[in-house]
Amino acid sequence: MRSLLLILPGVGWLTTFMIVPCLIIFAYSIFKRGVYGGIVYTFTLDNFARAADSLYLGIFLTSGRIALTATVVALLVAYPAAYAISLAPREKQTRFLFLIMLPFWSNYLIRTYAWIVLLNREGLINNGLEGLGLISEPLPILYNEFAIIVGLVYNYLPFVILAIYSSLQRLNPEIREASEDLGAPAWKTFLRVTLPLTLPGVAAGAVFVFVLSIGNFITPDLLGGGRLLMVGNLIYDQFLTARDWPFGATLSMFLIMLMMGLLFAQAYAVNSTQRRSEGNG
Amino acid sequence: MSSTKNIAAALSIGAAVALSGSTAFAADKLVISNWDAYMPADMLEQFEAATGIEAELALHGTNEEIMGKVVAGGGRGYDVVFVTSPFAEALNELGLVAQMDHSMIPNMSNLYAEAGNLAHDPGNQFSVPYAWGTTGLCYRSDLVSEAPDSWNDLLSPSEDMAGKITMLSTDRWLLGAAFLAQGYSMNETDPAKIATARDMLISAKSTLLSYDDTTFYAKLVSGEAIMVHAWDGWCNYGIGDNADIVYVIPDEGSDLWVDTMVITSASENAEAAHAFINFVLGAENGQWVAENILYKTPNQTAMENLDPALVEQFPNLGISPADMLNMEQLRDVGETQQLYTQTVSEILAAQ
Amino acid sequence: MASPNTAHRILRGHLWLVYGFLYIPILVLMVMSLNEGGMPTAWTGFSLKWYGVLAESPEILSATVNTLIVASISTVIATVLGTMLALGVERRRRSSGLDALLFAPMIIPDIVLAIALLSFFTLLEVTLGLHSIILAHVVFNIAFVCAVVRTRLRNFDQSIVEASQDLGAGDFTTFRRITLPIIFPGVLAGALLAFTLSLDEFIIAFFTAGAGSSSTTLPMRIYSMIRFGVTPEINAMATIVMFVSFTLVFASQRINKGTITGQ
Repeated sequence: MRSLLLILPGVGWLTTFMIVPCLIIFAYSIFKRGVYGGIVYTFTLDNFARAADSLYLGIFLTSGRIALTATVVALLVAYPAAYAISLAPREKQTRFLFLIMLPFWSNYLIRTYAWIVLLNREGLINNGLEGLGLISEPLPILYNEFAIIVGLVYNYLPFVILAIYSSLQRLNPEIREASEDLGAPAWKTFLRVTLPLTLPGVAAGAVFVFVLSIGNFITPDLLGGGRLLMVGNLIYDQFLTARDWPFGATLSMFLIMLMMGLLFAQAYAVNSTQRRSEGNG
Repeated sequence: MSSTKNIAAALSIGAAVALSGSTAFAADKLVISNWDAYMPADMLEQFEAATGIEAELALHGTNEEIMGKVVAGGGRGYDVVFVTSPFAEALNELGLVAQMDHSMIPNMSNLYAEAGNLAHDPGNQFSVPYAWGTTGLCYRSDLVSEAPDSWNDLLSPSEDMAGKITMLSTDRWLLGAAFLAQGYSMNETDPAKIATARDMLISAKSTLLSYDDTTFYAKLVSGEAIMVHAWDGWCNYGIGDNADIVYVIPDEGSDLWVDTMVITSASENAEAAHAFINFVLGAENGQWVAENILYKTPNQTAMENLDPALVEQFPNLGISPADMLNMEQLRDVGETQQLYTQTVSEILAAQ
Repeated sequence: MASPNTAHRILRGHLWLVYGFLYIPILVLMVMSLNEGGMPTAWTGFSLKWYGVLAESPEILSATVNTLIVASISTVIATVLGTMLALGVERRRRSSGLDALLFAPMIIPDIVLAIALLSFFTLLEVTLGLHSIILAHVVFNIAFVCAVVRTRLRNFDQSIVEASQDLGAGDFTTFRRITLPIIFPGVLAGALLAFTLSLDEFIIAFFTAGAGSSSTTLPMRIYSMIRFGVTPEINAMATIVMFVSFTLVFASQRINKGTITGQ
C-alpha cells in the first residue's frame, strides 16, 4: 500500500508526459507519409517491411559496436576513479564529485569544438607530439570511429562515475576489513566482496553510457566527420530530414524493443550474479 | 523538516517563475523565428521604432528543426519564419503558411524582377526571398596544385588533395554534387540516376577529410582542408580571414538556393507580420545582409548601394541575378524525399 | 602483494589523470574565449573582446537564466519523484512492466519524445513556455535519478526501517532519520546527474519551448548559432558559469565544513 503511494506520482508523470504522447507517435507507424510530409491515414505495413532492410540492421550493429566500446572504456576508467573518491574523507567526497560534473555545465557543442581543436591534423595533440619528435606524420585521430569513442567516453564518463560511486559508498568498510583480517589478499577481497556488491552501480553506469551513446547524433556528425551513421542520426533524419514520421516511428519502435531486450537481459544477469556471489559468501 | 520546506519553497518559486515566463509569451508580440545573427541585432528595435509594433525573436538552428516544430505544433506561436525555399514550398503544400498580400508590402518594389520569378513560388504568393546564392567549391589557391573547375575535382580529386576535402552532408547538396557532375537535375527523381549518384558519392568518401556543414571555412583557414564544398556566402567567411581562398562555380553549374520569409497560417498578427516583411525589404536591411553576412540579397536597391571594394574582395557578391536564375533551383521533391534520405543513409553508413 | 597504501596511491593517481582528461578540453574552451577571431576551432589572436560582447548580450544572459530555471526545477521535481519511485519499486516484488516504464525514458530517442510532446501539447492546446520544457525534462530526469538511487537501495536492510517503526517512529521520521542518510549519496549523485543532463539538453527543449525569447534556453541559442558560427562569447559564458559554480560550491562548503565534520 505504502509502496503504491510512493510510485504513483512518478508513474503518473511518466504515463501522462511520455507513454500517452509516444503512443500517439507510434500509432503513425501503420500509416503513410504524405507527399510533402505529414500523415496520410491509410493503413499500411510498408514501414515494417522497409525497416527490415539490411541497411538499417547494419547501422544498428555499427552503433551497437561503437556504444559498447565506449561503455567498456568508460567502465574501466570510471571504476577506479569512483573507488578513489569513495576512499577520500567523507567531507571531501562531495567536492570531488562536484569537480567531476563541473566541466559538463558548459555546453555539449563547445566541448565538442574543443575536442576538434585538440584532435585535428594541425591540432594541439598532433603538433605537440610532432614537436617532441615522437611522430613524423600527424596521427589520424579525428573524423573516425576513434574520435567518436573519445567524445562519447568523455561526455558520459561522469555519469558512470556517479553511478558507481553511489553503490560503492554503501559498502561497509568493515566487511572489507573482515575479509582482509581473515587473510584474504586485497585483490581477492575486491573480486569476491567489493565488486559483486557494486555490480548494480556498474550496471546502471553501463546502461547510461550505452543508451546515451546509441541515441547521440552530434558526436558522430562533428567528431566522426559524418563518416559513420549511428542510430541517433538515422532516427533524427527520418523525422526531420525525410519528414517521414511513420517510418521514424517504426525504426524507433525497433530500437526501443531491442534496447528493452538488452536491458532486461542485463538486469537478469546482474541479479543472478549477485545472488550467486551472496550464496558463495 | 526544514529540507521539505526548502523543497516546497523552491517548487513554488519555480512554478511562479515558469508561469510568469509563459504569460510574457502570451502577450501579443510578433514572433519571428530566424537563425541567430542572420539579421541586424537591433532590427526588432528599429522595427518597433518605425511601426510601433513589438516583436521578439525566436531562434532555430536548421531548416529541418523549425520545419518539424511548425508541422508538429501547427505553427502556433510563430508569425514569421525564415526557411530555405524547398521548405517554404512544403509548408505551403501542407497549408501551414499564409498567402502574401502584396498591397501591404510596398517595398517589394526594391526586389529584382528575377526575385518574383522563382520556380518554387512564381509571383511570391506565399514566400518572400531574403537572401540567395549558389553552391560550389571553395579552395586555398596557394595550396592546390591546380585550380578546380569541375564537380569531378571534388568527387575524384587529384592525389595531393585527397584527405583534405570536405563535403556538405545536408541531403540535397550532398546528392546535388553528384547530380551536377553527371548533368542530372538538382531535383532528380529517377531511382536509377539516384543510385548512380549514390555510388559516386560512396567512392568519393575515401578521399574526404570529413562531411562538414558548419565549420568548413575554419578548416580552410587552418589548412586542415584545402578544398571544401561550400555555399558562396560561407566561403566569404574564409576569404575574410585569408585572401588566398577562392570561390568557384564548377563548369557543370550550381543550384540556386533561396532563403525566404513566410507567414504562418496560424499567425493572429498577419497585418503586423506583413509590416515586418515590408520593413525587412527596406534597402538598409538588405545592405546590412550583404555587408555583414556577405550573402547576396535579392534587394536590388541594396545591392546597387554596395561599396564596389566589398564586391572586389568577395567576388561572388557580384554574381548577377540573371546568372543565378540560370541555375536550377532546389524544389521540394515530394515522395522522392524518402529515397533521398535513404540514399544519404546508405552513403554515410558505407564503410 | 602491494600494500593497501600503494594501492590507494595508484588509485589517487588515476583519479588525477581522470580529472586531467575531463579538464583539458575545458582549458581549451577557456583559451578559445580569448580568441580574437570568431572561429570556433582556429586561433587567431588574443583578445578580451568577447567578454565585452557577452556583457552587451542580454539575450545570452537571459537564456542562461532560463536554462538554470529549467534545470533547477526539473531536477528538484525529478529528484523527489525519482527517489520515491526507487523506494517504492525496491519494496515491491519485481515487476517487468514497471521496470520497462523506468527504462523507457532513457531509450526513447530524444527526437521522438520531442515531437510526441509537442503534438500532445498542441492537441490539448497547452500554452508553451518554460514550464512545458520543465514538464518534458522531468520525464527523462526521473528515470536517471531513480536508476541511481536504486543502485544504493540494493541490499538495503529493510529490518532497520522495521525496527525504527517498531520503536514507534512515524513514516516520515523513519525516512528522515534512517532511510535518507543511507541513500543520500545516491540522491545527491542522481540530482547532479539530472541537473547536468537538463542543462545541456537541446532537442526536447527546442520542441517543447514556447515561441519567443522568454523561453529560449542557452543550448537553443547556441545551436541556432551553428549556421553563422558559434562565436567565442559562448565560451566566455561557459567560463564564467564554471568559475561562479566553482566559487559558490567551495564557499558554501567552507561555511558548512564545521557542521559536516561535526557529524
